[in-house]
Amino acid sequence: MSLLEVRDLEVHFPIKSGTLFQRTVGAVKAVDGVDLDIEAGTTFGLVGESGCGKSTLGRAIMRLIEPTKGSVTLDGQDILALSERKMRSVRRQFQMVFQDPMASLDPRQSVESLLTEPLRAHKFPGGSAGHAKRVRELLDVVGLPESVVNRYPHEFSGGQRQRLGIARALALNPALIIADEPVSALDVSIQAQVINLLKELQERFSLTYVVIAHDLAVVRHISKTVAVMYLGGIVEQAPAADLYRQPLHPYTKALMSAVPVPDPNVEETRSRILLQGDLPSPANPPAGCRFHTRCPWKQATKCDTERPALRELPLVAPGHKVACHYAEDILAGKITPHEVRPEEVELTPAGSSPGSIEATEAHVAGGLTPGGPPGAH
Amino acid sequence: MSLLEVRDLSVTFTRSGQQPVRAVDGVSFDVAAGQSVGIVGESGSGKSVTSLAVMGLLPSRGVSVGGTVTLDGNELTSMDQRALRDVRGRDVAMIFQDPMTSLNPVVTIGRQLTEVLIRHAGLAKGEAKAEAEQLLRRVGIPDPVRRLGEYPHQLSGGMRQRVMIAIAIACRPKLLIADEPTTALDVTIQAQILDLLRTLVAESGCGMIMITHDLGVVAGLCDDVHVMYSGRIVESAGTKDLFARPSHPYTDGLLQSIPRIDDDDPDNLLHTIPGSARDTVPWDRGCAFQPRCERAVAECLSGPPPVAELGTPIVPHPVRCVRPVGEDVILHEGNVAR
Repeated sequence: MSLLEVRDLEVHFPIKSGTLFQRTVGAVKAVDGVDLDIEAGTTFGLVGESGCGKSTLGRAIMRLIEPTKGSVTLDGQDILALSERKMRSVRRQFQMVFQDPMASLDPRQSVESLLTEPLRAHKFPGGSAGHAKRVRELLDVVGLPESVVNRYPHEFSGGQRQRLGIARALALNPALIIADEPVSALDVSIQAQVINLLKELQERFSLTYVVIAHDLAVVRHISKTVAVMYLGGIVEQAPAADLYRQPLHPYTKALMSAVPVPDPNVEETRSRILLQGDLPSPANPPAGCRFHTRCPWKQATKCDTERPALRELPLVAPGHKVACHYAEDILAGKITPHEVRPEEVELTPAGSSPGSIEATEAHVAGGLTPGGPPGAH
Repeated sequence: MSLLEVRDLSVTFTRSGQQPVRAVDGVSFDVAAGQSVGIVGESGSGKSVTSLAVMGLLPSRGVSVGGTVTLDGNELTSMDQRALRDVRGRDVAMIFQDPMTSLNPVVTIGRQLTEVLIRHAGLAKGEAKAEAEQLLRRVGIPDPVRRLGEYPHQLSGGMRQRVMIAIAIACRPKLLIADEPTTALDVTIQAQILDLLRTLVAESGCGMIMITHDLGVVAGLCDDVHVMYSGRIVESAGTKDLFARPSHPYTDGLLQSIPRIDDDDPDNLLHTIPGSARDTVPWDRGCAFQPRCERAVAECLSGPPPVAELGTPIVPHPVRCVRPVGEDVILHEGNVAR
């Protein structure tokens, strides 16, 4: 049986309009009908571009964001039905590792206090002596020296901070760890260290991971199964090796061909599928297949009217699920790609949508870049 | 003669009561017209400071810049601010990482574009507007007339970066400096932007400096690569040569530690470089990479490492290391072929 089962999960953020009497005028469909089955002890990779809903999905599974519909079952227990009180005690079974360890660790708490906090909150047995012992164990497990207990987050490098974030997640022996972009804020040479650490910890403590990332190479490296998300839905899901050897969905194909490979000879010879235009707004997703507006394989029928379900192709690719009406025909080469004209994407839907939150975040994140248009000085 | 010649560039940040920080140290490289040169390094390696120094964009207080930067025969570092303002935007243009912070949020796209054309190309307002429309079309923005009247927040990240590129190429610069132009973008949008830059360089014959941490971007775009570590260039080579024969232990370690999408055996643990860029040695005492280096020997800490030439005079491949990968002898001042 799988450790985590997600059925028809939906997270819709309402778009409100009006100043005094707010009416809901629409919804941003961040996650729109997702099914997942994650086996214990494996790593499930979730990839997609910004705005596809992968982080929202991760948070909805943890109930950090309340899903609007669907069910999440962890170890046979329906999480969404639990009261807040019950939920708190169940939460120790699944923990999250965040992207930016600088933002997710309280700068005014020492390492000791950061790591003791979850132990105290969940009444970890052993009293304060037991907690101190556990803190040292945790530091050892993530490869930090014991001497760091009295230091503060700013004294660490990015990689070390991410180790602290992982230690904190491990504190209560969780079964499931959801890691949201665990290495994307780190330098390349440090990324490898953290990826290896995650792998080692998984073997040692038989952890189950859901790794959310935009970097397909990182996800391939640590995942057993990979799912590709586009505009709130999973478009393809398969064992990692199969997915990368033979991507079936047009979006996956394009995504993979866009990843730069650090080898000039490969870069010179491989063919690229260059997608036109931008991701459509999740407040007003295209009808039918969500990808049809940018799909080079789009057909005249079905694509723009009927939303394809995620289905397995037992004959051509067992275990490989894809949400495309024409996957078999594309695979067999019966359909050839054609030119796509970039479609205008409306960025600001009616009223101020929650979509604008992301734009603000991006703005803040890039706030340290030296700026100013050239010639404006 | 090359379009851009950077010789022995150094940048030192000083603050009263604190040790001066040498962010860039003895950096020399050339960019020819029509050539793309990559500068690769991790955060703190000095790659962005190098580009700002080339543009003359570093503040004058608390910063001392040494060495020379020659663009088309004109020395830039000794130029006064007035003259430099004419060079920037007209002869050299820069594309920054995050177009949201580098575009002015309260000014329309159209005004930001025409400003450059009026200031540097001396166009009249009407001409500038027509030209701006052409530029937007050239960088692949649909419906340019409408876009000219819009503000940066109304555009997506990829579109904003296209606008930045349009502003940068407005006056047909001789040199384009792109500082992590695709880091803030998604992979499919990144592919679009890289494709656009590749086409622009090929069509206009301008030189380009590509500053990035992503060796994949370099592999697909650049002719020459310089790898920076802790403020110095540790290895320079033609792109193919560098990837085929990485000779500095840092370059080699970096290439091995990148997970690859076309990896055949992803179950193995990745190769790692131990420690972090904070574990360093000042260059005048030895190699800054020594504390993290697998190949380190005692000689690494006896003064600045010599630059070994592993290539030929026509295809140079200099490496700043006493024991480059693939070499068994320990190199020192005496036996290094210059």
